[in-house]
Amino acid sequence: MPSSPPTFAQPERAGTLTLNMGPQHPSTHGVLRLVLEIDGETIIRLRPEIGYLHTGIEKTCEAKFYQQVVPLTDRIDYLCPLTNNLTYCLAVEKLLGLEIPPKAQWMRVLMNELTRINSHLVWLGTHAMDLGAMTVFLYCFREREDILRFFEMVSGQRMMTSYFRIGGLALEPPLGFFEKVKKFADRFPGNVDEYEGLLTGNPIFLMRTKGVGQISAEDAIALGACGPTLRGSGIDIDLRRDAPYSGYENFEFKVPIRTEGDVFARYACRVQELRESIGIVQQALAGMPEGPVKADAPKVVLPDREKMKTQMEALIYHFKIITEGFSVPPGEVYQAVESPRGEMGYYVVSDGTAKPYRVHMRGPSYANLQTLGKMCEGHLIADVIAAVGSIDVVLGDIDR
Amino acid sequence: MPLSPPITDIEQLRSHPALARLLETVGAAVQGVKFDREELSILIEKGFVREACAILRDDSDCPFNYLSDLTCVDWYPSEPRFEVIYHLLSIPKKERVRLKVRLDGSSPVIESVTSVWPSANFYEREVFDLFGVRFTGHPNLKRLMMPDDWEGHPLRKDYPVEGYR
Repeated sequence: MPSSPPTFAQPERAGTLTLNMGPQHPSTHGVLRLVLEIDGETIIRLRPEIGYLHTGIEKTCEAKFYQQVVPLTDRIDYLCPLTNNLTYCLAVEKLLGLEIPPKAQWMRVLMNELTRINSHLVWLGTHAMDLGAMTVFLYCFREREDILRFFEMVSGQRMMTSYFRIGGLALEPPLGFFEKVKKFADRFPGNVDEYEGLLTGNPIFLMRTKGVGQISAEDAIALGACGPTLRGSGIDIDLRRDAPYSGYENFEFKVPIRTEGDVFARYACRVQELRESIGIVQQALAGMPEGPVKADAPKVVLPDREKMKTQMEALIYHFKIITEGFSVPPGEVYQAVESPRGEMGYYVVSDGTAKPYRVHMRGPSYANLQTLGKMCEGHLIADVIAAVGSIDVVLGDIDR
Repeated sequence: MPLSPPITDIEQLRSHPALARLLETVGAAVQGVKFDREELSILIEKGFVREACAILRDDSDCPFNYLSDLTCVDWYPSEPRFEVIYHLLSIPKKERVRLKVRLDGSSPVIESVTSVWPSANFYEREVFDLFGVRFTGHPNLKRLMMPDDWEGHPLRKDYPVEGYR
């Protein structure tokens, strides 16, 4: 975070102007500041300035017990809280060598895909609104509301869910939950048709997106792009398929790839992902196994409330976990997960105590943001808005 | 998946593409290896880090062409104090490897890998900002998260969680 208004120490050429876009600009999706060197309307150089939302979560994690870190992870990428929960839980479970029951794994996949749809809907609505299409925003937020209600049903919270815990889930899903999700999943492809009907063939939208913010595959890899930004440039990678976690190897889905590398390609990838995700939701609903939703590890997983009130051992374990935490064998783990924005990685180091020695979050938005300069240089100021929207940044994820 | 003890014997791990490649090109750079929880870590001699990264990126059989993550761990008060961690991914082969470099607490300086991966720019600035590790050859080594006039490096272990008041 720069303490004075940032400028370029040395302008690229004489007669240019330095313009600050943000940090309070509505199209920067948070508190992102872009320093632009412009010649008329043309961008000579673009530099992102970040850190306005830095809260020191990584430092806070080191002072908490392992299970107390889960609610902090919600607050990093606040559009996909469950993906953050999942990445952290998988990392700690890998450190512990803990086996997760099948129902918990399938529930995690189901919730994770709903989260992806939720996040893509926010992206689609705001991205379209930045480019002047107001209606799509209202439609997207209508469906997003349904998904937030599902989150509320399982966890009691609409956004900061903390539903996944180390060793499984917080609670069984309530009665009637699967029927409601099924109804939503049956209707949702029709909704996607509706969004596409408003945008995909819309000449104004096409003019704002086709050939804008282009990046080649080589540049995308070198600058560290991930997720739909990388797939939009023709790189075939999706961690759900290539390094399956949480039982993703049991699901069938396609990975949408586009080769143009422009804003429209990234749009097309994400919209196709919406359809694939709802397919995964359908498969998860159809094959949902029976059984417990928590691992059988009394020293790590909190007991059910009923057991705690009736059994002495359960009460003791509950007391021990809450007051002392649980120790994790020393070691280190890097767990990567395909979040809606790309590779989300948690690097967790344990020194054998009940608190993590180090937790590092590798945010996909942080990686994607570095490609922005390459996308915008030589283009117009108005194209910056389209490019920022197309890489789908979440500032909580960048600044942490 | 119950835990099995880590493997630290180089001979047993020779088949991993990254380790094999490094041993045949810059064998002197490899100080140690660890295979733990299905993940391979290679400890690299401090002076060789940029060279090792470039070799792994340009390997024709299994190019580790993507820098997933770059971070640091502070092992205060033991020495060498800092461990800079590089997570590499091979997009064509879907392989991962972790490189580690140990640095002294008195003068934590290391060569930048921005010439190998431009994406290292932000990561190295963040490590400089929060740990105080300096990267030589970095194009713009300034604070990233904290204000320019901030004192101290917050993620160091001797920096209090509540900050200095």
